[in-house]
Amino acid sequence: MNALRFAFRNLWRDLKSGELSVLLLALMVAVLSLTAVGFFTNRISQAVRAQATEVLAADLRIESSHPLPGVYFATAAAGGLRTAQLSQLSTAIFYGETSQLTSLIAVSSGYPLRGTVRIAAAAFGKAFATRDIPKPGEAWVDARLIAQLDVGVGSTVQVGAARFRIAQILDYRPDQGSGFVNLAPAVLVNLADIDATQLIQPGSRVTYAGLFAGTPSAVAGFREWLNGTKRPGERIEDLDESSRQLNSAIERSSRFLNLASLASVLLAAVAVAMGARRYVSRHIDSVALMKCMGAPQRFILSISITELLLVGMAAVLLGSTQGYFAQEGLAWLLRDLIRTDLPPASPQPILLALATVVAMLVGFALPPLLQLKNTPPARVLRKSVEAPPLAYGLSYVVALAALLAIVWVLVRDSDLVFGLFFGVLGAGVVLALAGFGLVRLTRKLRGGVGVSWRYGLANVSRRGGESVVQIVAFGLGLMVLLLLAVVRNDLLKDWQRSLPNDVPNNFLINIRPDEQKPLLAYLQQHGLGQPPLFPMIRARIMKINGIAAQDRTGLSERGRSFLEREQNLTWSAQLPQDNQLLSGRWWSAQDAGKPLVSISSEYQETLHVNVGDRMSFDVAGESIEAQVASVRKVRWDGFRPNFFLVFPPGVLDGAAGTYMTSVYLNADQRPALVGLVRQFPSVSVFDVDAILKQIRSVIDRASLAVQYVFLFTLAAGVVVLLAAVQSTRDERRYESAMLRTLGASRRVVLQGVAAEFSALGFLSGVLAATGASGIGWLLADRLFSVEYAFDPWLWLLGLVCGTALVGVSGTLATRRVVNTPPIVTLRQD
Amino acid sequence: MSDPIVLEAQHISKIVASPKGSSEGPLTILADVSLAVRAGESLAIVGASGAGKSTLLALLAGLDTPSTGKVLLAGNDLTALDEDGRAAVRGRHVGFVFQSFHLVPALTAIENVMLPLELLGRADARAVAAQVLEQVGLGARTAHYPKQLSGGEQQRVAIARAFVTRPAVLFADEPTGNLDTATGLKVTDLLFDLNRSTGSTLILVTHDRTLALRCNRILELDAGHTVS
Repeated sequence: MNALRFAFRNLWRDLKSGELSVLLLALMVAVLSLTAVGFFTNRISQAVRAQATEVLAADLRIESSHPLPGVYFATAAAGGLRTAQLSQLSTAIFYGETSQLTSLIAVSSGYPLRGTVRIAAAAFGKAFATRDIPKPGEAWVDARLIAQLDVGVGSTVQVGAARFRIAQILDYRPDQGSGFVNLAPAVLVNLADIDATQLIQPGSRVTYAGLFAGTPSAVAGFREWLNGTKRPGERIEDLDESSRQLNSAIERSSRFLNLASLASVLLAAVAVAMGARRYVSRHIDSVALMKCMGAPQRFILSISITELLLVGMAAVLLGSTQGYFAQEGLAWLLRDLIRTDLPPASPQPILLALATVVAMLVGFALPPLLQLKNTPPARVLRKSVEAPPLAYGLSYVVALAALLAIVWVLVRDSDLVFGLFFGVLGAGVVLALAGFGLVRLTRKLRGGVGVSWRYGLANVSRRGGESVVQIVAFGLGLMVLLLLAVVRNDLLKDWQRSLPNDVPNNFLINIRPDEQKPLLAYLQQHGLGQPPLFPMIRARIMKINGIAAQDRTGLSERGRSFLEREQNLTWSAQLPQDNQLLSGRWWSAQDAGKPLVSISSEYQETLHVNVGDRMSFDVAGESIEAQVASVRKVRWDGFRPNFFLVFPPGVLDGAAGTYMTSVYLNADQRPALVGLVRQFPSVSVFDVDAILKQIRSVIDRASLAVQYVFLFTLAAGVVVLLAAVQSTRDERRYESAMLRTLGASRRVVLQGVAAEFSALGFLSGVLAATGASGIGWLLADRLFSVEYAFDPWLWLLGLVCGTALVGVSGTLATRRVVNTPPIVTLRQD
Repeated sequence: MSDPIVLEAQHISKIVASPKGSSEGPLTILADVSLAVRAGESLAIVGASGAGKSTLLALLAGLDTPSTGKVLLAGNDLTALDEDGRAAVRGRHVGFVFQSFHLVPALTAIENVMLPLELLGRADARAVAAQVLEQVGLGARTAHYPKQLSGGEQQRVAIARAFVTRPAVLFADEPTGNLDTATGLKVTDLLFDLNRSTGSTLILVTHDRTLALRCNRILELDAGHTVS
């Protein structure tokens, strides 16, 4: 007869009897986890791709920290290109006494040349596309500012020395860096207003951008001309490069979430293996019978494989439907970070889920099934006749290869795959050993407890191997969730607490030389002390030991970026606070005016520059050469102005620059800032508290999203538990029948079962809390450099959650077995 | 003219290795057994526990292969066939009744009886199965699952299943072993009635001397050897 028809019938029966429920659940959790992440990242990638053509707001964009020459725009216009320009800088926006750090973007008419700006009449109102730009005196602001400053459309805000009326809510601009947004909310104003703000002064940190668009050939011709004409420090961006950068950013985030979802796949694979073995043990007798009646091996195998494939397909269908809804949760959690409308997901992740399910079935379920077809028909006469044992070594190799293939498809990075493989292997061994130790410990406890507990604990240690698998599977999911909670709640707080109370919380930059005295007087007058002012001169590294910077090879990405970007030079007679001399010597008064430079340890490490080496700099067109006199270790998180490159006094005197300083303001002193910005409009104020708050919120959201994905891991842990319960169901039914025949009440047996699973859950909790605390301590020590505070909540949460979750789900799953009247069980046997 | 020989064993023996860790050499379960059974004949195989009855049954039915010797069933040399070849011969020519019934618990009575027909690819499986169930007196219980049937009823379903393909040889392994005397008697009557009416050969393994005496011939085994 038709194997497919037979398989369908078998499937229906097995589903009805619950034999396939664990297998189906395990596959479904894996699919759910993969597709939830897959659909979400797919939507992000699609949004990025859709916006890639307009992400520059132009076809070609040139950026510089200096104003762009007019000849660029004239040449482009002569070549038939449309042009626009913008200036962008970070500054504070004020409304009354409240202020907020923003990204100010002043645009000329025509902006954007590609894509459209969307605005709304009210915060979070319905957005519409516009071809206009803000009129002079108007500002279009990010909806976040409306809440942060407690303003509305029509309110007047102050930016630098100028006042603007909020005319529209800025909903979207093409070059906002789609996907994951810049931290500071944007304020769009007319380029004609930028002078009135008085924010742009010599040495100000402004990005000037030229935007060009036209026919591809005209753009290509202009690009060629621009390449030959552009000055150092000017950077050309075109679509290829911008989409490459975006894609790599998206790929990195996707990879991370995918790796998180893999943890569920791995655990689900364990449950699949357990489920498949159960399937075999439940079907071995009927297979022997069918063979006895003439069914060939091929037929048996076809039925089993078809049935498994049908289960797999059902899992893909159900799991990806759930995944689709689950990804909405992820999108909701990350809604503040995704400042764009996401298109609907494509069905692509379903294909990956299908491939994963097939790989899991082939790797973990097929080997036992192959054994099933070898069932000797003589088993119908003697139960002791079994199929020849399977070479499990080989089957595990197949399973491992299948899993690695899935990981590779997800991350496409062989180094990462192998790193992950050995990482997981190592973690698995450590966890398994810990689990094994804990299980052994339960043996010793049995003597001192009542009958139910003794029965429960005896079961934990008797089913040693299975208990370890369950503890590890469950403990792993719980551990990651706890760890993320530690990072999110404890470590960031600990780190913030580790900073001294009077650590400066506001940076003042762009102070003109002539503003030094009045500014210090202003600070003094408002009780903010006399903080040291540090000169800041912008320069580029031209040569190191006579070799042109761009010719240096073998540098890390960081090293290269040090050479490519503009540097801030300063001078100081004393070794600055938070600095420690590693090698060389600090200069004395006699060294004033000598061409010496002190570098930070980062330069030594990434550029391989040492004491005695010579470095030359371009300072506003003038070349300055200096010898490295010392290397310093800088503590950057001290929140005091610090510099990679420090010169002795007298060397940079002729160079035009600005000054910076940092001050500590308590809540009562904050209004002083408003007056300061009004009196010194070009001075930019950076509120460190606000920046930290924004970073906290990003980390919060991101770790919530990762925790969300790890919830699937916990679900996979529950499935492993169910698989273990199912595989011991017959044994448990018999045990329960025996105990009840011997006079134990149903309650005592059920208490024993509850004791067993609660003990397993407790041990998982111990493992999870220990692991999370251990890794938390490592992170605190190595990454955050803070004292790790023992968190009793972590332990309480781990132990209570583990005990409750495993105890309740295990007991519920076993209840039916215990409730079977003993006579029914004993008759069956 | 006598009926043709439908089942023949020529000097078959079964030798297995001792369990791991045991110092004993190979174990002889069955030693040099020969027999020939004609179509329509009934043969009882008797002997004490461990005498090799079930092993002989497994070899004769092609469920297992002998260490030496030959088994011919309906003209097929079972020892020359592979596992699937033997399965095909069983499917066409053999029926089984077991001590513990071996009904598939997830199938109803009629589905259990349909199973061998379906394996043969018969399109009329349901109709034929219903007819045979009627014959064994279970026409009203076709939709019942095994656990909803009494032991005697379960064994009658098993007998219906065994006869539904009109096999040339029917093997019965302790068919009354799990039944009380009265039910056992009824089941045995049914077995012999069907045996006669279908003209099949019956090979019966039993401890029960009374049951054995109802067969045309008795083969007694003792420690793997033929006694009579």
